[in-house]
Amino acid sequence: MPLRLERQENISPLRHAMAPVVAALVTLVVGAVMFVVLGHDPVRAFTIYFIEPLGDAYTLQELVVKASPLLLIGIGLSFCYRANRWNIGAEGQYVAGAVLGSWLALATHGMEAGPWVLPAMLVLGALGGALWGLIPAFLRVRFGASEILTSLMLVYVAQLGLDYLVRGPWRDPQGFNFPQSVTFDDVALMPLLMEDGRLHGGILIALLAVIAATFVLGRTLVGFSIELAGSAPRAAAFAGFDEKRVTYGVFAVSGALAGLAGIIEVAGPIGQLQPTISPGYGFTAIIAAMLGRLHPVGILVASLVLALTYIGGEAAQISMRMPFDVTRVFQGTLLIAILAADILVRYRIRRVEGTTHA
Amino acid sequence: MGMGDAQDTPDALLEAVKLTKRFGSLVANDHVSLAIRAGETHALLGENGAGKSTLVKMMCGLLQADSGELLYEGAPIVFPDPASSRAKGIGVVFQHFALFDALTVVENVALGLPGHQPLAVLAARIDDCVRRYGLGVEPYRRVGELSVGERQRVEIVRCLLGDPRVLILDEPTSVLTPDESENLFRTVDLLTNEGRAVLFISHKLDEVRRLCHRATVLRGGKFIAEVDPKQESSASLARLMVGAEVPRTPRIAAHALGEPRLLARHLSVAGDGSRGSALHDINIEVRAGEIVGIAGVAGNGQTTLFDALSGETQVADHESIVIDKVVAGGFGPTERRALGAGFVPEERLGHAAAPDMRLSDNVLLTTHGDGHIVKAGLIRRATLFSRFQQIVKGFDVRFGGKDPKARRLSGGNLQKFVIGREVLRDPVLIVVDQPTWGVDAAAAAFIRTTLRERAAQGCAVLVISQDLDELLEFADRIAVMSEGRLTAPVPVAETSREAIGLAMGGSHSAGGEGHHAA
Repeated sequence: MPLRLERQENISPLRHAMAPVVAALVTLVVGAVMFVVLGHDPVRAFTIYFIEPLGDAYTLQELVVKASPLLLIGIGLSFCYRANRWNIGAEGQYVAGAVLGSWLALATHGMEAGPWVLPAMLVLGALGGALWGLIPAFLRVRFGASEILTSLMLVYVAQLGLDYLVRGPWRDPQGFNFPQSVTFDDVALMPLLMEDGRLHGGILIALLAVIAATFVLGRTLVGFSIELAGSAPRAAAFAGFDEKRVTYGVFAVSGALAGLAGIIEVAGPIGQLQPTISPGYGFTAIIAAMLGRLHPVGILVASLVLALTYIGGEAAQISMRMPFDVTRVFQGTLLIAILAADILVRYRIRRVEGTTHA
Repeated sequence: MGMGDAQDTPDALLEAVKLTKRFGSLVANDHVSLAIRAGETHALLGENGAGKSTLVKMMCGLLQADSGELLYEGAPIVFPDPASSRAKGIGVVFQHFALFDALTVVENVALGLPGHQPLAVLAARIDDCVRRYGLGVEPYRRVGELSVGERQRVEIVRCLLGDPRVLILDEPTSVLTPDESENLFRTVDLLTNEGRAVLFISHKLDEVRRLCHRATVLRGGKFIAEVDPKQESSASLARLMVGAEVPRTPRIAAHALGEPRLLARHLSVAGDGSRGSALHDINIEVRAGEIVGIAGVAGNGQTTLFDALSGETQVADHESIVIDKVVAGGFGPTERRALGAGFVPEERLGHAAAPDMRLSDNVLLTTHGDGHIVKAGLIRRATLFSRFQQIVKGFDVRFGGKDPKARRLSGGNLQKFVIGREVLRDPVLIVVDQPTWGVDAAAAAFIRTTLRERAAQGCAVLVISQDLDELLEFADRIAVMSEGRLTAPVPVAETSREAIGLAMGGSHSAGGEGHHAA
């Protein structure tokens, strides 16, 4: 019997807010089934994944460290997604930002440069990400190319470009042929927030981004024009908001924040350039943005939840010999569950009846 | 009101008995009955939102009734989908055509017919049908090149090839010139003379009185009456439809005209290849204190003209648009509003308002550049909300809840909101496209009165409308748009329905002096 989706007119705010919670529960159920099939005790697996990391100061710090790139990138993506522009290539913008910012660190290496180096690296990182993000924006505005495809393809271009640099021109000459750059000088590294520990200055930048984005999206005409362009493009044109400017603007913001996250990660926890500088933050941030309802504070919460899956995944790899792909499956299930929950909140499934009661 | 004569009433071919259909809390059809008889043209009368479309959709299988039943030749029948009603000889021509522009007439017709037929055979059948009913359709022309009236005839031909016993026409004349309407009426008469039944949906009372043998009137989803329209006056039919006396817009005594507020000089917009979208050499002047109407059949460039005036479409020659003595052709919508212009587009949802945004946020669409509600890029919520309240109170906008999404308002209330939003900006020029389209009679009268008052206070008003009666009622001068060209505006007192109708069909002279058919 055929099914049909019918739009529902009256959606209570509560139902809307509950959708991510329900999605998380569904993900847990799917996860439990997966563990059983893999031959693991689901209770023990969940404990290692989600409970144990929360009980220890080191992993709690690690949680925040992993959440902050997700948060920065996710906030940027929320600008795009609110405007109905589908930037899937944050991972590439992250890499582009890391590369351009690192260029300064490598150029000033061993020159005893002043404390201006790190701020300049952050600016370059944001610039690199923004420029990389503006490529799909340009292709969309000028040629009508789908930004979903172009932004995604540019991820691979950026990643392979980075790969070339660290294996070729930027390789550390004293590095025993390992594909990595020199370790950055101290002036090119993110300061730590506490003497011992992993928390670094980038976390403060991410929190600043939450405040700034909440203000811009909620209180300014720019935020309104982004929302309107996504909600009703023709009405946005009627209101006098230029579609092209919105496209360039959201891609620039989104790319800049992803690039910033990239350079912060390289100048912070990693400390040098290497072929892989992200465990897929740029893609996981898409889930953070959706799970957080495209609201900066929501994305903050969602980033912490998703960071937990990273940490738990690492723990499960060690103590249960679980492959890291399980974490990817978790994240993927979560995204599908959110999207499905959103549809089911907004629409009702009705059976289209073959016969009628007259 | 005279019921149909009992003695010579033939049996109903298709009958709806107490059909009820609910959408959530809204009862779209409440025990509605209607009987269509062979050899008769039956009118279905009602305002927008009276439930006409719902009833038709239930009668052709597009919707299923919650209760009540359909009778076909007296026996109960169920149409689970449109194909099953088509199999029983029920054909529908909807307001919105389902034709592919890139295909020829015969290809379009072939797509709509079950089974396979060589195109040449089909073309011959089309020619046959065209000759028989005087429909004027060429099988091998591309649909994209056809006028709206021709497209409608293609839809009718497509229906007739299925040899229907009942033909349902949904507001067929709303897209036709008076002349094309006359041709349609002749076709309808031929069809009923052959013993077919026609259900003619309309809210134009004069044509219903001329054409139809019976009329069923719906109001608010309820069956109101079945009458013999020839025994009724337009006023009595209108009373049945509206449920009250229909208010007329008071004509305000002539007042002095002021400065020109809008000037279009040799305004041209290149077409994108499809018909009816380009503008050719438009010249018009609207002065403070007057209402100028632009009449014309839909799809003759009115939307392009509106977009060019509002700044949504770029014009090549910046000199061609002057707003309040400032050359504005190179300006975007916000800059034009800053000159004191206000715009109200035809589409309410999606163009004039964002359907999924709250009504208060929708105030921002046209007011963000005025300097009160948005200052230095910041939205001042308190000011925004008080303006929102002003619009709601001043223009009697009714809705449920405190601040619902625009989508949830009825057409009339949303239109009052959109008009109110512009009027409270205190513009010197208002350009309105289809001010009362799909709006109930009371709201329509309110909107016309509001525009009239603004004009009396010195605002220049340009109204684009397909409703000729509306323009004759409240415009001072009327120009006619046809195939992207505009006739010179003529004072209403110096022209006639006939002259305007002629111009709508493509004869470019509303005044009557000199004529050259296109």
